[in-house]
Amino acid sequence: MRRLLLFWGSTVGKKVVMAVTGIVLVGFVIGHMLGNLQMFRDAEAMNNYAAFLKSTGGLLWVARAGLLTAAVLHIIAAVQLTLINRAARPTAYVRRDPQVATFASRTLRWGGVILAVFIVYHLGHFTTGTFHPAFSHRDVYGNVIIGFRSVWVALFYVIAMASLGLHLFHGVWAGVRTLGLQQRSEVPIQRTVALWVAIVVWAGFTMIPVAVLLGVLN
Amino acid sequence: MSGTSSAAKSMNLTLHVWRQAAAHAPGGIVDYPANDISPDMSFLEMLDVVNERLTEGGQEPIAFDHDCREGICGSCGVMINGAAHGPMKATTACQLHMRSFSDGDEIWIEPWRAKAFPVVKDLIVNRSAFDRIIQAGGYISAPTGTPQDANALPIRKPDADLAMDNAACIGCGACVAACPNASASLFTAAKITHLAVLPQGQPERSTRARSMVETMDLEGFGGCTLFGECQVACPKEISIDAIMQMNRDYIMASATKVELGEWAGSA
Ligand code: HEM
Ligand code: FES
Repeated sequence: MRRLLLFWGSTVGKKVVMAVTGIVLVGFVIGHMLGNLQMFRDAEAMNNYAAFLKSTGGLLWVARAGLLTAAVLHIIAAVQLTLINRAARPTAYVRRDPQVATFASRTLRWGGVILAVFIVYHLGHFTTGTFHPAFSHRDVYGNVIIGFRSVWVALFYVIAMASLGLHLFHGVWAGVRTLGLQQRSEVPIQRTVALWVAIVVWAGFTMIPVAVLLGVLN
Repeated sequence: MSGTSSAAKSMNLTLHVWRQAAAHAPGGIVDYPANDISPDMSFLEMLDVVNERLTEGGQEPIAFDHDCREGICGSCGVMINGAAHGPMKATTACQLHMRSFSDGDEIWIEPWRAKAFPVVKDLIVNRSAFDRIIQAGGYISAPTGTPQDANALPIRKPDADLAMDNAACIGCGACVAACPNASASLFTAAKITHLAVLPQGQPERSTRARSMVETMDLEGFGGCTLFGECQVACPKEISIDAIMQMNRDYIMASATKVELGEWAGSA
């Protein structure tokens, strides 16, 4: 226990926690994205898929508890590290030009905040129906179609998914490195896998609100 | 030097330099003209010329750190136009030449900025936090006496190369200065990696990783976000691959039973 606290107390330990929970969330996001693509088959396929998830009963709650734990740990470590990192440079440079830091890495923190807001809204939108104008517990397909007929809601999803793509582009690569799992390579910044995960997840999610807005799905 | 076309043409520059009389005194940017600068001067020689003129004019010269002036001691780091050690890759400020600038340029010069590197005066910062990270484990304990035959311990060539690449660190602090988090991860990781891949480094490997990482945190450096700014700022081009090695060793050390202090005094 003492050792675990020491580990969590260090910046490396917190980053390891972020990497592990991040990888759990990436796994979820990929699965969720693939599941959502049922929308493009038909209403029945989507509703059957949703009904199947709900029919798993206890398992669904185990998965939810796991995801919630991962998200909470990820966010706590992110907040603590951000505070430590800010404190480490109390006086700013008059001039500092970033040389290679990517847009994705520099927007990680604000992108994370957008995602946190998105997750709360999203659960109230499609899971509980609190923020949904005409929520049905059975017709998940209809919920998505009606939900995205609002341009503002669809736009928020599109923006949130762009943040997700950027978050993944840096996060997937960084997570693997933080855990020390990558082989040393001649090209030290090897990002191809992260780039593809980010593009596929971003495109898979973004397609749905865009398709509803364009009338491809109705 | 003579015969190069640049040798003849001198430059007129404007410097914007951070001036701060003492550690807790308020500081600020002060502008100085730097006229008739030869492109063949090093950056520090340019500062010497400016300082000479300041002294002649009865003004306090700009304080900056320097020693070897040949890129090996790590004393001379300053931020030059927003980049640690200035615009040249793999080059310390003392090895940067004025031909990297053009006539009429404005040059911003600031000290390294980090809580763990407090300003002593003008461009000079106190980097003793690095010494304390080394004292926490950046060494091997070995009995003294006649040196062993160099070939007695076989070391694979790739490991020897890797150890050398990381041992190239001169402790200048550019990695901290360039990092948006003011993290000392590249420095600490280079020291850890240098010893982690050699047989001599094995006995103390896990206590080393733990105490060096913990000291790095205690000194008030930030954590690593893998921005990658440190490895392009590093005058010795040390790769952020070292940070993977540090994390691996730290994770392994945290998972094993060795308690801190177990090795202290055991030699
Ligand atoms: C366009 C993008 C997305 C769409 C269309 C979408 C759609 C949905 C739908 C319809 C549900 C409810 C499923 C049901 O109740 O049967 C759901 C649940 C959920 N979504 Fe999304 N989602 C999107 C993006 C995301 C993202 C990016 C995340 C995470 C970062 C996320 C996290 C969740 C979570 C945590 C749940 C709740 C799972 C549960 O019920 O425990 N979603 N999503
Ligand atoms: S003065 Fe020694 S490295 Fe520049």
